[in-house]
Amino acid sequence: MKSSVITFPGSNCDRDINVALKKFGFKNKMVWHADVELPKSDLVVLPGGFSYGDYLRCGSMASKSKIMQSVINFANSGGMVMGICNGFQILVESGLVPGVLLRNKYLEFICKNVFVKINNKQNKYFKNVDNEVLEFHIAHNEGNYFCSNDQLKEIEDNNQIAIKYCDENGKIEDQFNPNGSIKNIAGIFNKEKNVLGMMPHPERMIDTSLSGEDGSLFFKNLINNLK
Amino acid sequence: MIVNEQVAVDHGLKKDEYAKICELLKRTPNITELGIFSAMWNEHCSYKSSRLHLKKLPTKGKKVIQGPGENAGVIDIEDNDAIVFKIESHNHPSFIEPYQGAATGVGGIMRDVFTMGARPIANLNSIHFGSPQHKKTKNLLRGVVHGIGGYGNCMGVPTIAGQTSFDSSYNGNILVNAMTLGLVKKDKIFYSKAAGLNKPVIYVGSKTGRDGIHGASMASASFDEKIEEKKPTVQVGDPFTEKLLLEACLELMAGDSIIAIQDMGAAGLTSSSIEMASKGNLGIEINLNKVPCREAKMTPYEIMLSESQERMLIVLENGKEEQAKKIFDKWNLDFAVIGKTTKSKKIELYFDEEKVADIPVNTLVENSPMYDRKWKKAKLPKKNKVKKEDIKHLKIFDVLKKILANPNVCSKEWIWQQYDHTVMGDTIQKPGGDAGVVRVHGTNKAVAASVDSSAIYCWAHPLTGGKQVVCESFRNLISVGAKPIAITNCLNFGSPENEENMGEFVECVQGIGEASEYLNFPVVSGNVSFYNQTKDEGIKPTPAIGGVGLIKDFKNMITMDFKEVDNLVLVIGKTEGHIDQSLFARTILDEKNGPPPEVNLFNEKNIGETLLKLIDNNLIKSAHDVSLGGIIVAVAKMCIKGKKGINIKKPKYLINEIEYLFAEDQGRYIIEINKKNLKKVADILNKNAVHFDELGIIGGNKLYINDKTKVTIDELSTSNKSWLTNYMSK
Repeated sequence: MKSSVITFPGSNCDRDINVALKKFGFKNKMVWHADVELPKSDLVVLPGGFSYGDYLRCGSMASKSKIMQSVINFANSGGMVMGICNGFQILVESGLVPGVLLRNKYLEFICKNVFVKINNKQNKYFKNVDNEVLEFHIAHNEGNYFCSNDQLKEIEDNNQIAIKYCDENGKIEDQFNPNGSIKNIAGIFNKEKNVLGMMPHPERMIDTSLSGEDGSLFFKNLINNLK
Repeated sequence: MIVNEQVAVDHGLKKDEYAKICELLKRTPNITELGIFSAMWNEHCSYKSSRLHLKKLPTKGKKVIQGPGENAGVIDIEDNDAIVFKIESHNHPSFIEPYQGAATGVGGIMRDVFTMGARPIANLNSIHFGSPQHKKTKNLLRGVVHGIGGYGNCMGVPTIAGQTSFDSSYNGNILVNAMTLGLVKKDKIFYSKAAGLNKPVIYVGSKTGRDGIHGASMASASFDEKIEEKKPTVQVGDPFTEKLLLEACLELMAGDSIIAIQDMGAAGLTSSSIEMASKGNLGIEINLNKVPCREAKMTPYEIMLSESQERMLIVLENGKEEQAKKIFDKWNLDFAVIGKTTKSKKIELYFDEEKVADIPVNTLVENSPMYDRKWKKAKLPKKNKVKKEDIKHLKIFDVLKKILANPNVCSKEWIWQQYDHTVMGDTIQKPGGDAGVVRVHGTNKAVAASVDSSAIYCWAHPLTGGKQVVCESFRNLISVGAKPIAITNCLNFGSPENEENMGEFVECVQGIGEASEYLNFPVVSGNVSFYNQTKDEGIKPTPAIGGVGLIKDFKNMITMDFKEVDNLVLVIGKTEGHIDQSLFARTILDEKNGPPPEVNLFNEKNIGETLLKLIDNNLIKSAHDVSLGGIIVAVAKMCIKGKKGINIKKPKYLINEIEYLFAEDQGRYIIEINKKNLKKVADILNKNAVHFDELGIIGGNKLYINDKTKVTIDELSTSNKSWLTNYMSK
């Protein structure tokens, strides 16, 4: 399986996702933001970080970068595109997934392990994951997902919510919502479910010596689903 | 502008220093030259009050590749890998503008590290605030934490450990010390020593603006009521540009075109160009019209003294300019050839085709003032005796809960959750343990780092306090299973012109020197911050020690959480019952006098090395050093982290329960072992003449003392975790 990770000048999780993808069998290429063409890929990842400094809305400048036009075309033709953290913000700004990401409710950057409940397994990202709940890791300042009521209805009707913040037993309540996201949303799909944007970093959960192994589970499953 | 004595005094120079400048130049300096002298001769850059004493610190060792004098220290961690590290203060700017002050402190120290060719792999910090009741404390704390996070998180470097304290002596002068560790190949270390004639001098990074002019001079003076007016001297950070600068520099460093490189930190272009020239015994000629400026009509004076961030000065090999420029273009950074090296041994500046400064480099460096300030030796205070009637009414668990909730002991999760501590995917021990640990990417090795200070002990007796901080650092590294290698120090003190403050400095440095010599734990880098005071009142002496150690196989790392029910818990090192200056004495008995606990370097070394032996033999399940609050606080934290209880039994020797549990005697650790290994462990301890007490057995969800009194771990956890969150949300 071939994957491509886009490196923006301020990306800082590009190495981490590269390590993770390779560990689980992807042939990964790093692609520079100023490039125009995307290499042939089965999966494109927009990594975490601060793409162009994010002094404007997070991800907004990155959504206009040269490589993004190719990523958008790739996604629109059904290609698998996953945005993690800043990558999610870029997806939102590019219009590849609906909604916006606001500043965290308590106005503070937050870095910790969280539990997420898988809301929809009818897609290549989560199909065949045995667990209902995964322990992931978040590290962000602007992860507070928001959209209009109409949009929310549409998202729910289309079953576009991918994962929701919950406790270790899968209970979805306000107290387990780290950033104030509407409906505890931690990640969403586009309508076709080939594009996934999520705040949690599965690439930081790929090793028992780090925070845990649920990221390994996610990547192992992902590469199998793509085969 | 005409330069005279008054102008020099307004620049922070003393009258006799101005006279010396005129004598060295054999003429009156012009305003640009005066600015340069004031920047180079201030306390922050010249170390004029501290140099004499810093010379006494041990700086060499088998593992030391580079000691003090460069941008940062470098130590060998084998297999051609080396760690570059340093700690630096950004106290004054952080008090005036906490967010930017702290952010640029973090930015500055990371630049010091990557200037040497190392990719930063971990950040730490030591931050100290006034009393929680003081009206400024909350905002300062919030601003500093946001600033440290804002910069470090954007750079993508994990913040893995730190220390936060509160004391009213910091009410008018907070401390913000930032430390960075970087990883470099031993044969790819870059230095700041210029070499060769007519080599191009290159400016890269951000443009030069009017921010931070005289920042270093401001950091060399005391605060008064007009301090708010100094806001414009605080630099403004741009972590995104620094990230670009980091990547661009490392890309250029992969080749062989750099002769010397130096970041523009305190005193900006002035100190960077002069340091490179001085180390290379050369001159440097700069055309200031070539310096990329952010604002129009900047004067030579402003250009030379600006402390705009995210800038570097490089001496390149001839003919490599185009190739280097391409890299900086790729990262959208300014790149300008602004001058060349010369044989004149002078710093010569041109602006609008006129020579605007002409100063021999040695007058700025070797001939800079050095003072042997007067200092007062501190007496060892008399011991207090704990009176039975003062303690007999105390309920141990009430005291314990109170101490666990003390601002200086409580969990700092509210702070470190705002720092990205897991980016780079190698953080195997997060903040909240004895030391932070990161793996050396792609290897089995890991590096442990910790930052410590004990202002109370240093204030009570500077010599003992200085020794103690080094020992504490040593213990924290050993507690996670790392072999201590070297330290960096950030020496935060009051005015060197005050005999008592100067005495605190001299004796703390002596203590640090003695301990680091004995423990073979040399000082490889550091920074001095004087004038931490408002008006006449200095802070408590606060040397912060950043220690670094190596774990050869990261799978052998130790954490402090209790691991398994039925395991046996021991205290190693002897408890004598030293209560003076303990948290117990200060907060429960309200007794602020008396000597700090004694430091026995032989015991420290012996006990520490013996514990490493036990760890090497896979006999240790968890470990934690005993520090603030004594045995019971250490054990309570291990219970909280491991979510397990314990039944503690006080050993039978003479001291009473309170003294045994709350004393802060040095050189002690709590360790968890499997019961069946007791004989093996005892043999090793006995063979090395290390005293130990069997403290108790892990089990249940309560902390018992002598089977009788008990408290749930949940209750202790709540006491420990809620204070800071509640305080900050009020």
